[in-house]
Amino acid sequence: MKVLISGNEAIAEGAIQAGCSFYAGYPITPQNEIPAYMSVHMPQAGGVFIQAESELAAINMVYGASATGVRSMTSSSSPGVSLKQEGISYIAGAELPAVIVNIMRGGPGLGNIAPSQSDYFQATHGGGHGDYRLIVLAPATVQEAYDFMSLGFSLAEKYRNPAMILGDGMLAQMMEPINIKKSRIKNQKYARPWALTGCRGRKPNIVKSFYMQEGDLEKFNLHLQEKYKTIEAQEQRHEGLFLDDAEIVLVSYGSMSRIAKGAVQRLREKGKKVGLLRPVSLWPFPKKAFGQIRVHPGGRLKFLVIEMSYGQMLNDVKLALNCKYPVEFLGRAGGGIPTEDEIIKRTLSLLSR
Amino acid sequence: MKKIFSRPESLRDISTHYCSGCGHGIAHRLVAEVIDELKIRERVIAVAPVGCAVVAYDYWNFDCSEAAHGRALAVATAIKRVRPKNIVFTYQGDGDLAAIGANETIHAANRGENLSVIFINNAIYGMTGGQMAPTTLVGQKTATTQRGRAAQEHGHPLKISEMLGPLPGVKYVERVSLHSPQEVLKAKKAIKQAFQNQIGNIGFSLVEILSPCPTYWGLTPKKSLDWIRDVMVKEFPLGRIK
Amino acid sequence: MTEKIIIAGSGGQGVMLLGKVIAEAAMKENKFVTWLPCYGAEVRGGTAYCMVIVSNKGIGSPYVDKADSVIIMNSPSLAKFEGRLAKGGFLLINSSLVHAQIKTAKAKSYPFTEIAQACGNIKTANMVALGALIAHRNILKEKSCIEVMKETASSVKKELIEINISALKEGIRLK
Repeated sequence: MKVLISGNEAIAEGAIQAGCSFYAGYPITPQNEIPAYMSVHMPQAGGVFIQAESELAAINMVYGASATGVRSMTSSSSPGVSLKQEGISYIAGAELPAVIVNIMRGGPGLGNIAPSQSDYFQATHGGGHGDYRLIVLAPATVQEAYDFMSLGFSLAEKYRNPAMILGDGMLAQMMEPINIKKSRIKNQKYARPWALTGCRGRKPNIVKSFYMQEGDLEKFNLHLQEKYKTIEAQEQRHEGLFLDDAEIVLVSYGSMSRIAKGAVQRLREKGKKVGLLRPVSLWPFPKKAFGQIRVHPGGRLKFLVIEMSYGQMLNDVKLALNCKYPVEFLGRAGGGIPTEDEIIKRTLSLLSR
Repeated sequence: MKKIFSRPESLRDISTHYCSGCGHGIAHRLVAEVIDELKIRERVIAVAPVGCAVVAYDYWNFDCSEAAHGRALAVATAIKRVRPKNIVFTYQGDGDLAAIGANETIHAANRGENLSVIFINNAIYGMTGGQMAPTTLVGQKTATTQRGRAAQEHGHPLKISEMLGPLPGVKYVERVSLHSPQEVLKAKKAIKQAFQNQIGNIGFSLVEILSPCPTYWGLTPKKSLDWIRDVMVKEFPLGRIK
Repeated sequence: MTEKIIIAGSGGQGVMLLGKVIAEAAMKENKFVTWLPCYGAEVRGGTAYCMVIVSNKGIGSPYVDKADSVIIMNSPSLAKFEGRLAKGGFLLINSSLVHAQIKTAKAKSYPFTEIAQACGNIKTANMVALGALIAHRNILKEKSCIEVMKETASSVKKELIEINISALKEGIRLK
């Protein structure tokens, strides 16, 4: 079925169709359509919606619901996601699956409500305390916003790890036609013998992240690191466009990549050898895709990273390329969005050098 | 020979890590006895706090979740909402429930969540080394009030049970104590009431338990019990609040 | 064909809805479309606007920097968005509420609010504007717009749908 729907509504509907049975959240712009949609549709789907008293309560409610084995999520925007970081660390430490949606807005501080990508560091390089990782997916279209909820839940359960859907105000507020399924997933693929359900017929289950005995926590951390290695090996995702003969590869994710794609198409119409590499999973970062790009015989190769931030993804690109090729940067934040014209101008100047 | 006293099934056969004279061991046992008597062990999901009782799940013999400091009632709210047939309770200290988690406490109570709350009030932070708690008495010496809690600077002891009483969602609040065998029996009765309320879908029930902390009160176990009886109950009067 | 549109007015003039009807109608015609609103604090007490892109091919940025068509429903919007018209773009103005001299060559002014009143409901000025837009720019079929109106308003009074349809037809007749 094809419907015209906003990014926020697509996220909410995508979650419900993915079998999400628990949502807790706290109001913050520009993601308010998600809790509003959930408040109506989650109970209709037989799930639970709670408007929490705070972001802290919301993420810990997700922790509690997830501990019982149901698909659980919360959503917020940058300042609210900062508040959730402690809870996200606990969810990672207790190895619970959960999905957290961050519809990024301008920062730091209260910032503004304009689209932004300034939470990349927080999402991919920490956020909360401890050596944990979040699986981070960055949709670029409303269709992907819908589809990635199902993917996010499934990865979260496969690895017993929290997953984040990282979008921004533009993706969340815009409407686009998308195809939606009308069959809610009922059975989860992965067994959950760890879930708290009452200990009838089995030994009691304990959900925790506290390891007091000497050596236990290190052992647990090593287990986590093994898991993260597996995720890095198996779950890298990207989208590539015109990479075979590109002399300049634009690197951009989420909403920003749509604008970059528009620029690539216009430059190709002018015969310019420009490509696009769009990380879809921000963690694990699609290093393999970068490693596969080869300089065209007799040609040259440069990269231009474009972000709605002041270069938070930039270092990951340099590391993925092992500093083999020049990497340039174009970014704006705080409400500024690099335009197609700006990207084209910069790309042309790099090509002429 | 007839066996008239034994370890409850809800309690594991493990020695606790608590200091001598600590009230947690008694409180854990009372909860375990009540759960056995109500035959709900296999339905129970407990939420343990951050504080001395963080490893309560090592001692209890039923499903347990740890919660971040102060967030036990948010965690418990979600568990109960998605699994309403399970019996869900939190076990929290004064720092957890009345300081860092005061917001969660007030709002879970105000929503009238059908939960049982066991609130251990020992007027101090134990696990972190005896700092001032919201329930520390005026004049009481702690690691962070070394000349005694001064009301002008630190405020008065927070009576969160009395604060919760007027909320329509709150159905039962009682303050009990562990300072004598008679009071321990009363405490058990109150705990049972809080669980029975949940089984009967009555709503939010909280039992505040005045509990000794000899280590950080700087008293012997015996003198700690006397201090509850002679000093603490004057600030925190026992009995039914709602 | 790619048409980038900005629609601006004051809250209550139905500019968001106007954009959504365009988007829904474009979807019916199997075109690519994006609709991007202003949101949050911007909306409160200020100018409401949305950006719509209709195209035969996939759409990159939903953000419209320079628009092929700009619909202006009140005076403050003119000041704010006149400069966002692309070179050679089409400016469509509600002359009932905007009394300024327009310098742009391809500008058309019609009294949308008065025409809507004559149709029987002042709130249908947005549909008059929609009619004028599709008549001048030929981006959507009248039939698709009417279908969308019938579907989105299926729960409200039939009478109101009829007024909206007649407002649309009045708008189309303006060319």
